[in-house]
Amino acid sequence: MARPLVFEKPLGMRDMLPESLVKQRQLESALRHCIEKWGYDEIVTPSLEYYDTVGAASATLESRMFKLLDKQGHTVVLRPDMTSPIARVVASLYKDVPLPIRLFYQTNVFRAQEKEAGRNAEFFQTGVELIGTESGDADAEVIALAVSCLQAAEVNAFKIAIGHVDFAGGLLEEIVSEQADRDRLWQFLQDRDYVGYRQLAGSLNITDTERRRLHALLHLRGGKEKIEEARQLTVNGKARKAVQTVVSLWEALEAYGVTEHLLLDFNLVSSLNYYTGAVFEGYAADLGSPLVTGGRYDHLLAQFGRPAPATGFAIKMDRLMQVTSIRPREITQRLAVVYPASSRQEALLEAQKLRKNGHIVITHLCESEEAANAWGRERGYEVLYVNGREERE
Amino acid sequence: MSQPINLKKLTIAMPKGRIFEESLVFLREAGVKVGADLPDSRKLIIPVEESELEFILAKPADVPTYVEYGVADVGVVGKDVLLEEERDVYELLDLLIGRCRMMVAGLPDWQPTEAPRVATKYPRIASRYFREQGQQVEVIKLNGSVELAPLIGLADRIVDIVSTGQTLRENGLIELEHICDITTRLIANRASYRMKSEAVDEIAQKFLQVIPKKNTPVM
Repeated sequence: MARPLVFEKPLGMRDMLPESLVKQRQLESALRHCIEKWGYDEIVTPSLEYYDTVGAASATLESRMFKLLDKQGHTVVLRPDMTSPIARVVASLYKDVPLPIRLFYQTNVFRAQEKEAGRNAEFFQTGVELIGTESGDADAEVIALAVSCLQAAEVNAFKIAIGHVDFAGGLLEEIVSEQADRDRLWQFLQDRDYVGYRQLAGSLNITDTERRRLHALLHLRGGKEKIEEARQLTVNGKARKAVQTVVSLWEALEAYGVTEHLLLDFNLVSSLNYYTGAVFEGYAADLGSPLVTGGRYDHLLAQFGRPAPATGFAIKMDRLMQVTSIRPREITQRLAVVYPASSRQEALLEAQKLRKNGHIVITHLCESEEAANAWGRERGYEVLYVNGREERE
Repeated sequence: MSQPINLKKLTIAMPKGRIFEESLVFLREAGVKVGADLPDSRKLIIPVEESELEFILAKPADVPTYVEYGVADVGVVGKDVLLEEERDVYELLDLLIGRCRMMVAGLPDWQPTEAPRVATKYPRIASRYFREQGQQVEVIKLNGSVELAPLIGLADRIVDIVSTGQTLRENGLIELEHICDITTRLIANRASYRMKSEAVDEIAQKFLQVIPKKNTPVM
């Protein structure tokens, strides 16, 4: 690459200027108020983690991590997500704290981009982790909390799609005997290539009924009625169990009264293999990519030596910024206390007094009142010219 | 977003040219009211009266980009472009039009060379294919007239789409290896696929009604 020009930043990095940061902070505070009410405590973890611990446990692909060497020669990564660092904390510093543990975070994470600009390599997330509860009630809690968060952020129209990683996997196991074929079908589902999936399903040596069941998987997205359709597709085992899990999850979500914001999607498969149960993605109208991703990951904590079931989600703040109805607060009128050198002390005392009374005050040295007024007009400040000597004269 | 959100309105990204015309025939047969004069229009955004559809006309390679970013909800595009662009979109239907094949071609007397060079409009497809074959080749990206490359010694082989094979024959080239078959696909944005599921399913269903008439059923 050519030597960077002075205005250039590394690929995928961006500045946050005051105008948009005001809005993001407002949103973060709305989300924080919402999440704290559910009993979650905020946590901050280091920006750098060892590749061999957090990096290896993370769901993010190795090729997308920013890797560096520390002074001792260890490979370290810029944290690619917050879930693995939190798992590390829960299994080490918090190892004697009884489960369940509820934590949340509002921070930046880093994922290197391979494709052209327009995708962020550093982005802010607000997320929660509920560690130590196996029951569907925990999944329902985080999904209901995600709904509350999107409401608190005043997102007009949104849907959260709920699936289960074992459904598609289990159904494929029931129908397709060859592991290699299953893997290819699974890959097509992950790639969202339904054409490839159907073509391969069409070429397999299975009965027509079985083929119809494979095809039907692609249509299992919609409301509650899809649960029954899903159940009918399964014979027993893993997929049937996944349906049962979704049934009880849906019942719990009905109790939360949030099902109007939900839809079921049994072919929602995540490219992240670390999910182990119910998974979900939140979408907003007029936003091309998911706003929220989450799900159950029951095997991660064991990698840090404290096996425990867990579930959680993360909201992408840059996407939330695009769909929130919250308008940034008007910038409060700024006062400018302007003074000639001879009145410095008086002016600065006055400025302090005004600040104590809640005003935003800028001070400026200027010998002429006329010039001070012009200076203030240009910048939109209300000018208070303090000239003690003149008053005394 | 201050404007009201219409979850029925669908924006369809279409490649300019032959595929757009064929797709319009499809949609007309499926009962979507599309004006007869559309293909000649020079406008790039075309609303369809009496329906909640809107077309964006784009370069084929840009269709998946529009759909991935969600400025179009669905798109119609060749599998060649999808393979090359690697965009994160749903591939819903094989429309079975625009049928051709992705081929490796070269001169009839082609022999393996020490430093193989392959010219193509599809550098990602070419790189991926030769890697899978266990061959290291230098891929040269060209933007057109790829058949020229072996004739003037820029490359010893090309990777390109072939439909009738006429262009190859006219330039004295032959098909050496078959990479994959290509047809036109209906794709959808990840969020639209869920937020506008009814509208997306409806348009897919309409395409589906006419596909079997054209060819063997796929679903």
